Amino acid sequence: MTKLYPGATGDWEAVIGLEIHAQVISEAKLFSSSATTFGAEPNTQVSFVCSAQPGMLPVINEECVRQAVRTGLAMGCEINLRSIFDRKNYFYADLPQGYQISQFKDPIVGEGEIAIELSDGSTKIIGVERLHLEQDAGKSMHDQHPTMTYVDLNRSGVALMEIVSKPDMSTPEEAAEYFKKIRSLVRYARTCDGNMDQGSMRADVNVSVRRPGEELGTRTETKNVNSIRYVMQVVESEIRRQIDLIEDGGTVDQETRLFEVATGTTRTMRSKEEAHDYRYFPDPDLLPLEFSQEFVDELAAEMPELADAKKERFIADLHITPYNASVLVAEKENADYFETLLAVTVDKTGKPVSELGKLVSNWITSDLFGALKKLGKTISENPVSVENAAELLNLQVEGTISGRIAKEVFENMLESGKSPETIVDEKGLKQVSDTGAIEAMIDEILSVNADKVEEYRGGKDKLYGFFVGQVMKQTGGKANPQVVNQLLKPKLDG
Amino acid sequence: MTDLTKLTLSEARDALHKGDISSVEITQAHISAINEAKELNCFIEVTSDKAMDMAKAADETIKSGNAKGMTGIPIGMKDLYCTKGVHSQTCSHILDGFKPEYESTVSQNLWDDGAVMLGKTNMDEFAMGSSNENSYYGPVKNPWRAKGSDKNTVPGGSSGGSSAAVAADIAIATTGTDTGGSIRQPASFTGLVGLKPTYGRCSRWGMIAFASSLDQAGTLTKTVRDAAIMMESMAGYDPKDSTSTNIAVPNYEAALNGDIRGLKVGIPSEYRVDGMPEEIENLWKQGKEWLKSAGAEIVDISLPHTKYALPTYYIVAPAECSSNLARYDGVKYGLRVTGDSLDDMYKKTRAAGFGDEVKRRILIGTYVLSAGYYDAYYLKAQKIRTLIANDFKTAYQKCDVILTPTAPSAAFNLGEKVSDPLAMYLNDVFTVPASLAGLPGISVPAGLSAEGLPLGLQLIGQAFGEEQLLNVADVLEGAASFNYKPTKWWGE
Amino acid sequence: MSVDKETVAKIANLARIEVSEDELESTVGELNNILDWVEQLSEVDTDGVEAMTSVVDASLPRREDKVTDGGYRDQVLKNAPQSEHGFFAVPKVIE
Ligand SMILES: [Mg+2]
Ligand SMILES: [Zn+2]
Repeated sequence: MTKLYPGATGDWEAVIGLEIHAQVISEAKLFSSSATTFGAEPNTQVSFVCSAQPGMLPVINEECVRQAVRTGLAMGCEINLRSIFDRKNYFYADLPQGYQISQFKDPIVGEGEIAIELSDGSTKIIGVERLHLEQDAGKSMHDQHPTMTYVDLNRSGVALMEIVSKPDMSTPEEAAEYFKKIRSLVRYARTCDGNMDQGSMRADVNVSVRRPGEELGTRTETKNVNSIRYVMQVVESEIRRQIDLIEDGGTVDQETRLFEVATGTTRTMRSKEEAHDYRYFPDPDLLPLEFSQEFVDELAAEMPELADAKKERFIADLHITPYNASVLVAEKENADYFETLLAVTVDKTGKPVSELGKLVSNWITSDLFGALKKLGKTISENPVSVENAAELLNLQVEGTISGRIAKEVFENMLESGKSPETIVDEKGLKQVSDTGAIEAMIDEILSVNADKVEEYRGGKDKLYGFFVGQVMKQTGGKANPQVVNQLLKPKLDG
Repeated sequence: MTDLTKLTLSEARDALHKGDISSVEITQAHISAINEAKELNCFIEVTSDKAMDMAKAADETIKSGNAKGMTGIPIGMKDLYCTKGVHSQTCSHILDGFKPEYESTVSQNLWDDGAVMLGKTNMDEFAMGSSNENSYYGPVKNPWRAKGSDKNTVPGGSSGGSSAAVAADIAIATTGTDTGGSIRQPASFTGLVGLKPTYGRCSRWGMIAFASSLDQAGTLTKTVRDAAIMMESMAGYDPKDSTSTNIAVPNYEAALNGDIRGLKVGIPSEYRVDGMPEEIENLWKQGKEWLKSAGAEIVDISLPHTKYALPTYYIVAPAECSSNLARYDGVKYGLRVTGDSLDDMYKKTRAAGFGDEVKRRILIGTYVLSAGYYDAYYLKAQKIRTLIANDFKTAYQKCDVILTPTAPSAAFNLGEKVSDPLAMYLNDVFTVPASLAGLPGISVPAGLSAEGLPLGLQLIGQAFGEEQLLNVADVLEGAASFNYKPTKWWGE
Repeated sequence: MSVDKETVAKIANLARIEVSEDELESTVGELNNILDWVEQLSEVDTDGVEAMTSVVDASLPRREDKVTDGGYRDQVLKNAPQSEHGFFAVPKVIE
């Protein structure tokens, strides 16, 4: 069911499509051999080729081709064994060639489908139209000089994958989930770092509105939106703006807009160019890009495990809850952390992964994430080492401390940075598993509370918890709950 | 030695290797000849000091016994080749002051083999033209004049400075570039051998692009043997050019064995165009006879789409040029005319920097690629280009090489066609089809017109069939024994 | 097909070449001469013919993913009409 937006004159629905530009992870640029590192001094990662000096020619970087194929595979798209590079012609200060080498009619990757999960628990399929390889432009800086724009070509020629969706989305949430999903895929596939602050991933957001079931309205394209939250804001504000505009008797212009972070809305670009006419034609400096199915198959065989497959494996093999699995795979770092911690815990405890999965995943998703959230830190800034975290879990598994004590120890670890063993030793938190000592304690409690014992035996089951509580109280919470259970139950039952 | 500037490349090479002459001597002789021939306007920059340094180094190489064919040979480089720290501006105002920080692969290959650079030769701006009248540095005068006339003729184009320089004996050989005939037609107009190899044979890296799918480096030399020696040095696979072909470069000179017995020479009926002067027709017949007498078999062939080659070319080449020349925008190099906005700066710079013919082609190219016209013009032309290439493939099932005239006329007078672009375009009617098909072609001087101006015959070879092509050209050259030289009227 | 002044002005703008009113007039004539002449191509039957993308009968060569170029800013900027603080400098652009 497509979501409806009420207007003054009736309901509307929105049609949303995303063109995501994802920077390819590669050492060198797409058609030249200069570096792609972020943040270098201006124009230091520029060759004669990527500054479009006369007579310079492009030669394609094979890793960029592989990365595009890997991404296509990750998205479950058709891979085209023959594709063509075209020139997209336009003038701009940071486009040194006067054209961008891109792919127009015959892209390297064709159609596919992406499933997104929505907050109401439903799943929606969003079509992928294509993925093509193209050059990034340089960077223009308009605020460095009163009358000049400064141009840095470091980014000029860096490989981008443009991933074009079908106009299958109809709400800000869908757009956001789709963007997140693509980001997750490229990060799992290790083809783009997904780093939005550095511009490694940005979306052109196409929005139009129409009366339900009617023909497509005129769309606007808001360029270079570089966060998931902004994508939602763009969609929201564009839907509202367009509905209001049309209902006030106006018409939507097909135009390029800019997102303004300060207001959370979009505005028309001041430098209104004449209608674009990119005059695409096959780049005569390049030949058709061709590779064999074997080339694709090899890349497919060595593909890293993607989020969906990981989630299924976590549930099936590690016996962790679907909820925990979803939480863990949502961000690649979290899944990676989980698997690392699990492996170290396996080493320490000597127990199989199937037995530890649940413990480790619970600890991460509740204890660790809770703590990180409080500290305002991400998993990569986690103050507790994997070694210490595994030891903490190990202490629980071997029964040295209880789950409750473990929480206390962990808090202490975060504060002091000490190892869990040290903390347990220093604070004398070792769990009491000595059956003789506990048995003596139980006997004493039963005799002191003979009346309660009678009540219990008379059918008041609830009192069982009272006796456990007494044992815990006397041991300062350190009694091994299992041992307590084993001894208490038969004695109470007589 | 009498006059060192009269030597052919192979004669100079032999004399250099024997130690009869030095590169310094022969280079010095050519620099003097250049200075004397200033009014021909062949060179737009003479690199005398560099030349003398290179000549000295070449003499050392020769002494050490490591000389190659080009070692110590003073040559001119077309201004279209990027030569490090030296004027490289395709004779366009828009590249005003541009001196590249890099060396083109072809020129580097020549320097690696010890060739000596005399300077940069004049050309039609961005290689667009057939008379060298579209240069920012003024027209080149052909050393050849009609019998009894003092009127200047054009040296052909776009490699007009290169052709005139060799014809006037102020360079032993020169590089040219050929997009639709820019080596072969000037060779025909100046009594030289002009070789355009197969597309992909020479690297285009560092050659300032006009039309990327057509541009090829080539040679303007006094003899076919000279072309073979020079091409061997220039050619080769270059990983920096994606359209360069990875095939080993043969010893072209060794292919000149004079034996063409049994070879099939195709005569395309479609090259008999309306209004072709009788003397051209006769020369073509004569060429056929020469090859026949040498033992070749003459076969009639058909290249049915020949007629459409020129209009196809005048869509494809401008389309590519409109895009290739977009980089000249006043930002990174060359001319900048200030404007009150970025776009204004672009427009003023490009208006001032490009000449009329270049602008014309940029506009045509922009138009044929623009929305709504792409299919009717550009796509259509690229389909016809396929048909033209297929014509040749079919023809080569019946023959080994193809013989045609090089140009539909001898050199015309300076200024005669400048105001009529279409008439100018027709100069390339015989050279353009091979360019569109990427095939090698060579123009061999074969006779004189009634007015006493040189006329050439063109041989078109199969892809990477330069050895065979050169061998036939050598035989044709021998039979024609074109021993004429222009009467020297300059520098008196 | 033929072009008029308006079309030529539009093309000239796309190509970023300033053309004066006078030039516009003569350019229309020149371009139409050429376009009339290339019109003859329409008589060729090209149904089912593949458009040529390259005369070279090969597929695209690929290079290794290695940084072997760049890092010479001075040379890149050397021919620039205007550069400041390591940047190319152009008239201010308002987005
Ligand atoms: Mg876009
Ligand atoms: Zn894009």
